[in-house]
Amino acid sequence: MIKSLLVANRGEIACRIMKTARKMGIRTVAVYSDADAKAMHLRQADEAVHIGPSPAALSYLVGEKIIAAAKQSGAEAIHPGYGFLSENADFAQSVIDAGLIWVGPKPDSIRAMGLKDAAKKLMNEAGVPITPGYMGDNQDPDHLAQEAGKIGYPVLIKAVAGGGGKGMRKVDAADSFADDLTSCQREAKASFGNDIVLIEKWIESPRHIEVQVFGDSHGNVVHLFERDCSLQRRHQKVIEEAPAPGMDAETRAAVCGAAVRAAQAVDYEGAGTIEFIADGREGLRADKIWFMEMNTRLQVEHPVTEEITGVDLVEWQLRVAAGETLPKKQDELSISGHAVEARLYAEDPLNGFLPSTGPLELLNFASGDAGSRMRVETGVEQGDEVSPFYDPMIAKLVTHGDDRDAALDVLSDSLDGLRIWPVKSNAGFLINCCNHPLFRRAEMTTGFIEQCGDDLHPPVSASDDSWLAAAKALALDKPSDNMSLFDSLSGFRLNASPKSAIMISDQTDRRLVDISGETSLETFAVSAGHLVFQNGQPFLFTIPRFDNDGEAEAGAGEIFSPMPGQVISIEIALDETVASGQKLMVLEAMKMEHSITAPFDGIVREIGPALGDQVSHDALLVRIEAQDE
Amino acid sequence: MTAPIIQTRISAENETFQQYAAHNKALVEELRAKVATNALGGSEKSRDRHVSRGKLLPRDRVERLLDPGSAFLEIGQLTANGLYDDAVPGAGMIAGVGQVSGRHVMIVCNDATVKGGTYYPLTVKKHLRAQEIALENRLPCIYLVDSGGANLPNQAEVFPDRDHFGRIFFNQANMSAKQIPQIACVMGSCTAGGAYVPAMSEETVIVRNQGTIFLAGPPLVKAATGEEISAEDLGGGDMHGKKSGVVDHVADSDEHALTIVRDIISTLPENRAPDISLKDSRAPKYEASDLYGIIPDDVRAPYEVREVIARLVDGSEFHEFKALYGATLVCGFAHIHGMPVAILANNGILFSESAQKGAHFIELACQRKIPLLFLQNISGFMVGGKYEQEGIAKHGAKLVTAVATAQVPKITIMIGGSFGAGNYGMCGRAYSPRFLFSWPNSRISVMGGEQAASVLATVHRDAGKWSEEEVEAFKAPVRQTYEDEGNPYFATARLWDDGIIDPAQTRDVLGLAYAATLNAPIEDRAQFGLFRM
Repeated sequence: MIKSLLVANRGEIACRIMKTARKMGIRTVAVYSDADAKAMHLRQADEAVHIGPSPAALSYLVGEKIIAAAKQSGAEAIHPGYGFLSENADFAQSVIDAGLIWVGPKPDSIRAMGLKDAAKKLMNEAGVPITPGYMGDNQDPDHLAQEAGKIGYPVLIKAVAGGGGKGMRKVDAADSFADDLTSCQREAKASFGNDIVLIEKWIESPRHIEVQVFGDSHGNVVHLFERDCSLQRRHQKVIEEAPAPGMDAETRAAVCGAAVRAAQAVDYEGAGTIEFIADGREGLRADKIWFMEMNTRLQVEHPVTEEITGVDLVEWQLRVAAGETLPKKQDELSISGHAVEARLYAEDPLNGFLPSTGPLELLNFASGDAGSRMRVETGVEQGDEVSPFYDPMIAKLVTHGDDRDAALDVLSDSLDGLRIWPVKSNAGFLINCCNHPLFRRAEMTTGFIEQCGDDLHPPVSASDDSWLAAAKALALDKPSDNMSLFDSLSGFRLNASPKSAIMISDQTDRRLVDISGETSLETFAVSAGHLVFQNGQPFLFTIPRFDNDGEAEAGAGEIFSPMPGQVISIEIALDETVASGQKLMVLEAMKMEHSITAPFDGIVREIGPALGDQVSHDALLVRIEAQDE
Repeated sequence: MTAPIIQTRISAENETFQQYAAHNKALVEELRAKVATNALGGSEKSRDRHVSRGKLLPRDRVERLLDPGSAFLEIGQLTANGLYDDAVPGAGMIAGVGQVSGRHVMIVCNDATVKGGTYYPLTVKKHLRAQEIALENRLPCIYLVDSGGANLPNQAEVFPDRDHFGRIFFNQANMSAKQIPQIACVMGSCTAGGAYVPAMSEETVIVRNQGTIFLAGPPLVKAATGEEISAEDLGGGDMHGKKSGVVDHVADSDEHALTIVRDIISTLPENRAPDISLKDSRAPKYEASDLYGIIPDDVRAPYEVREVIARLVDGSEFHEFKALYGATLVCGFAHIHGMPVAILANNGILFSESAQKGAHFIELACQRKIPLLFLQNISGFMVGGKYEQEGIAKHGAKLVTAVATAQVPKITIMIGGSFGAGNYGMCGRAYSPRFLFSWPNSRISVMGGEQAASVLATVHRDAGKWSEEEVEAFKAPVRQTYEDEGNPYFATARLWDDGIIDPAQTRDVLGLAYAATLNAPIEDRAQFGLFRM
């Protein structure tokens, strides 16, 4: 067995791999960039090696540094995780050349599956069904248009070297084919340096089905059943599950059998995933499921397979890499119950899903009963930071149940109990996905999220109950050792009922809230105020402050000379629009230069002195008219 | 401290209890109604005009200033009630002890909806009383200023004397000298003498286009010098913030100004750690509302004061001192909201023994630095040859000396009668209790109305010639005058106390009041006056 393992990754997957390694008695080595100097995966490892600056291109993606780290730390093997160098055949080769064990498929297998058109050809030859399409060398636009016509519109033009949604165009009819082809090729050239495209049939009700396969160096290949990853947002998986809902035994046998053939075709060793696209219009049917591509690594969503099969896929990877045979034969593998996984991201669903990075002042996954029944794969804990340098995934939340609804119920309840602040998360969005009737009925396609649109967005405003809970908490917002009787006799008024209303603010509104009501909602004190969570989404409440808006401070926008001096520069013209803080004029006085800046956004309506003028204290320099927003 | 629990002997089923309860509840309802009416301030029209100018009503100003959800111990709620044609509710001022940014403070807020917030004689008295409380208890002062200054028709009773308008600024200077912060927030007019409130303050806020500070307003300036100038240019926020430096912060609105005041207070030192050790507050064993059924409906009827104590103190636990000696004065130690207190409570007429016991007990409290509580229900010291011969005057004097010179905080509650020298021995207003509150059933006068009428009838030069009817005709108006002037509303209107309180709120009032007193250090050693032996 491998005695020590370097994990060439970070975050949750590094932690995940180390967990199994530790269980197997393998010494672990972490690598880290500057940004990860205090990251959780270092704390999990027996040893950590610094491999460079924060940008991945200068650290996690630099093969030589990883190999040097392995040498330096005496690691025997390298596990690449997913992403980064995991599907880099050259790197895999360098690892092997350096005399180390590569925990992954042979470089040739990676290469064989790397180019999508070659992969499809290979699969076609191996008898794996592939989507009707064209992937020939003839890239003449007219020829391509002809092929598209043969496949039948709508079709999808795809860059051969593409991925992640780039270099793809859906074409509805022949007349727009030429234009779409040109723009697709341009994008492919720019993104991947390769403008060769293929054409596929566009599938109206696509579902993403994938099969986990595993091979060893002794020629054995098994599958560990399928996963359904149809819930995607812009080709990024959001919720994954296993098994695929609606998959009957016959179809499963056909699809999984095809996947095993695909793996065998490339002499596959280790963990791999065969991705299929299914046309789900008439349910899952073997003749409507086609090969798309193979991922020659451990997938992000591998835990759902682990949950239904009871197999530790990382353990299998390590055993296979060490030359052992697969721990189980095909007939020893079976499905138990249903598992779902949600990807919790540090992003703001209400703001175009923009990443939300920074420190995690509050992070609690396991609040409540449901939370304790959830498997959490994460690389951060409270007090850590979501770094802007890497994928902003906070955690994968995995639940298992006797059936699909049971697993989804626990997931939904667990998400409801999430406590994350101030980093924004997609928790509320995930809950709404989880509980959407279409999704519950398993009638989703890969277009589900786009179709649902705003339906999936969490509530924008806090409930009355949240206001009440926050007001009660704010009314007692004192460190307990500093409570005075004036706090504890809350709202006492002489010869009158207690004053039970207090003014509080959330981030958009201000309300007088009567705190005599009852609520069971929990609140959380953070540095910025008090939080109440609704559907996993935080609402921040504070005692309102009334601060100067800056505009009134500057009066009518008249800027007077702060001292006698000479105007040595005028940087604006009459009627010019200026921004708050913009330099307007420079005065020289007492051998010093003083910049005069705009107090707010506005338009210059008057300029008092001319260049070179000597101005007196309090002379009008500039008058700015505020600009209405 | 461990102490036995007072066992109550009253029953809510009892007919007398119910009769008293009905009577006292009616008194409290009357009190609450009067307070609610007074709390409105000026007329509806005047309030509407105030609000239409974008100003917060004075009570809302106080509410926004206070820590959200915290307690406020108002004083002088009914000051000037029934005086000045009943047109100056609360004397045009809200005052009380509250908590701002975690600090205990004294708030003094003019009510411009009442006669423009001008100072009537009792407004001055209330302002000075608030400052006195602040001084004695070392509470930072916050003045929310919105006042036209001295009420001109009443100038003779407002301007010239020692305890008149000028004393406000004397107090500001002297409190500042004693490091008791003085903060002003100018939210309206602040004219003439009133201009000194912000000017004498240590840190001052003004509301732009609303607050003005000047020694003379535009009309007077025009009359005096012919200069025509707007109020804002003469003494507005921007002028004082940018040019004169009379103010330190310029706010955009009342709310903004109050936020700045809260910020200022947050820069002050935190509340003083008490000199005495505190415990956790524990509720009494018995309901406070029982007090309604305990207090008799006639001030002359005696009642067991331990039943009152049982409803004021933590766990109803009372460590009584000398229970068997001088039994008409109940003395003992207890806690109120976790604070130790030494209680002296009348349970009948004061005899020589009770007076000596009281003096001894006050010495004990002072030795142990335990604040004093006087529950006053006293018709006086015992009279008669036997008592004069045993020297009741010198024994009474011992009690008065001890009360007058005790260095620990003292608080007095008038729970019944307060007549004659009994008032002195039980820490009446003249003995400077830190706070003094009255129950609505209480009565105060130099002697009872009947006794006074009899004495006056006896000493009248024509008394010998009067028929029984004539004696009664003479006595009736005297009795009536005593009844009127002994009424707690008469007293509280003149600030003889800090307010009439609902008996059921007494425990909380005491808790807040003692919490305020603990902001001042308690001197180590009592230095009493000479005790005549």
